[in-house]
Amino acid sequence: MTLLKVENLKKYYSSGLFRRQVNRAVDGVSFELERGKTLGLVGKSGCGKSTLGRTVLRLLEPTAGKVFFEDREISGLRGRELKKLGTEMQIIFQHPEASLNPKMRIYDCIAEPLRIHGLCGKEAEKTRVLELIGGVALDEELLFRYPRELSGGQLQRVVIARILGLKPKFIVADEPTSMLDPLVQAQILTLLKKLQQDCGISFLFISHDPAVVEWMSDEVAVMEGGKIVEFH
Amino acid sequence: MTDMTESRCINMTEKTAEKMTGEISEKKTGKKAEKTAGKMIGNIAGIMIGNIAGKMIGNITRKKQVQEFRKNRLAVLGVLLIAFLAFLALFAPLVSPHDPLEQKLERGLEGPSLEYPFGTDNLGRCIFSRVVYGTQVSLGIGVLVVTATSIAGTLLGILSGYKGGLFDEIVMRGVDIVLAFPNIILALVIAGLLGSGFFNVVLALSLTQWPVYTRLVRAQVLSLKKQAFVEAARALRASNFYIMRRHILPNCMGSVVVLGTLEIAHVIIFAAALSFLGLGIPMPTAEWGSMLKEGIPYLLSAPHLTFFPGLMIMLTVLAFNFAGDGLRDCLDTGTGVMA
Repeated sequence: MTLLKVENLKKYYSSGLFRRQVNRAVDGVSFELERGKTLGLVGKSGCGKSTLGRTVLRLLEPTAGKVFFEDREISGLRGRELKKLGTEMQIIFQHPEASLNPKMRIYDCIAEPLRIHGLCGKEAEKTRVLELIGGVALDEELLFRYPRELSGGQLQRVVIARILGLKPKFIVADEPTSMLDPLVQAQILTLLKKLQQDCGISFLFISHDPAVVEWMSDEVAVMEGGKIVEFH
Repeated sequence: MTDMTESRCINMTEKTAEKMTGEISEKKTGKKAEKTAGKMIGNIAGIMIGNIAGKMIGNITRKKQVQEFRKNRLAVLGVLLIAFLAFLALFAPLVSPHDPLEQKLERGLEGPSLEYPFGTDNLGRCIFSRVVYGTQVSLGIGVLVVTATSIAGTLLGILSGYKGGLFDEIVMRGVDIVLAFPNIILALVIAGLLGSGFFNVVLALSLTQWPVYTRLVRAQVLSLKKQAFVEAARALRASNFYIMRRHILPNCMGSVVVLGTLEIAHVIIFAAALSFLGLGIPMPTAEWGSMLKEGIPYLLSAPHLTFFPGLMIMLTVLAFNFAGDGLRDCLDTGTGVMA
């Protein structure tokens, strides 16, 4: 069953004062993603992988093209409906140490999405946070620390726990392990794969490391110059 | 699992390291306390200001920052001086031996004596009492102006940095216009239009000082906006107001506090300059700037008329600059993205 369908998606940036220069970061990309599957996205740096990921989520507004999520077009959504989309589609960033507000304790980082979307009351919040941090195999003791006191691998787990609180159906993983050392990298990837099996989450997995993508994905798309040049 | 044990190891080492540095500094402070009581007070003041700053900025590294601050002797000296000046301002009626406005013409231009510790001015007023009462005015103006401008300037900076577009354009052109004039000229014009008086001085100075904060904060917001945690909050579909309040503002507070402390010194000297030029606090009120002006005709025959108010201005400005510099150093080293 199709969860996400992207049709001819384009994202152009124009620059230049006198002579318009158009940078076609994403230039007519189409793909489909089924529930519980992973689409790997590889390509050189600057080929538009990350822009594609963000445009699919509407973190960037597309220049043209359509994105269907559960057979509903999302490019026109506003207000409450757009907010609800935040619980269904999420993103994991490349730099774990920049992904969490340095002034917030880990507890608040994990509870924040629950609070924004009013997913549980004050009482339930504590149990839910404990449950979430247990789900990514982190010690409860870390909850009252600040992000800069944790290692990169721990931070990436916190980022995952925080997103899981929303029970998303689709996650864009934008090179989630490229900043980690190989051992921790393997642990995070295993964690992601386990979550996929348990919760049926679909991934758009962006990476420049073919081995990682090969291992994670059901299907791999190769991007070059803003276009998908190959599926395999 | 290995990840966990590894991280535990790191935590352990961090803890022991913290303990060790704690012990060392305790030993040091112990020795200091034996030497002089004054230094102990310094340490206490250091802890106090560090705690206040730490709370405002809300960071777990508070302890380290306090230690950093206490190591900086000049900063501690600055805080002590500020505490002393605040004491003078609050308890001026108790500290001063005479009424600052009381004139005894027959005893004009006397040098320092037991009765008049700093001597008397041309109208026979006690200079010591006038200097003490002047603290109220100068600190009052400094604190009021900095509070008003830092709040207004920070809000404008966050809004224009985050929203961008036309609003940003308008605000930044406003900033440019105010900064294009030499500060003192602009303040003179405003003070001249409004007339002299305490609140008019506060208003004139506020109108010239807000752009400093706006510029600083806007620049920080522009870089914070690109941080992943702000983008993550947008992916959570948090409202813009929420993002500004919870993610942008707390990460700007450190530098605003530092700038505010340094600005107090700037504002105090500025207010004294306005009074010196006759557009500040009206005549009989004791104010350092106007005391300087009144003393000028007697600069050679009775230099104490200008020496003591000048000394007070200098000490106050130095105190706030020392404290501000110390605050900047201790906040810079600790905080993640930016102080």
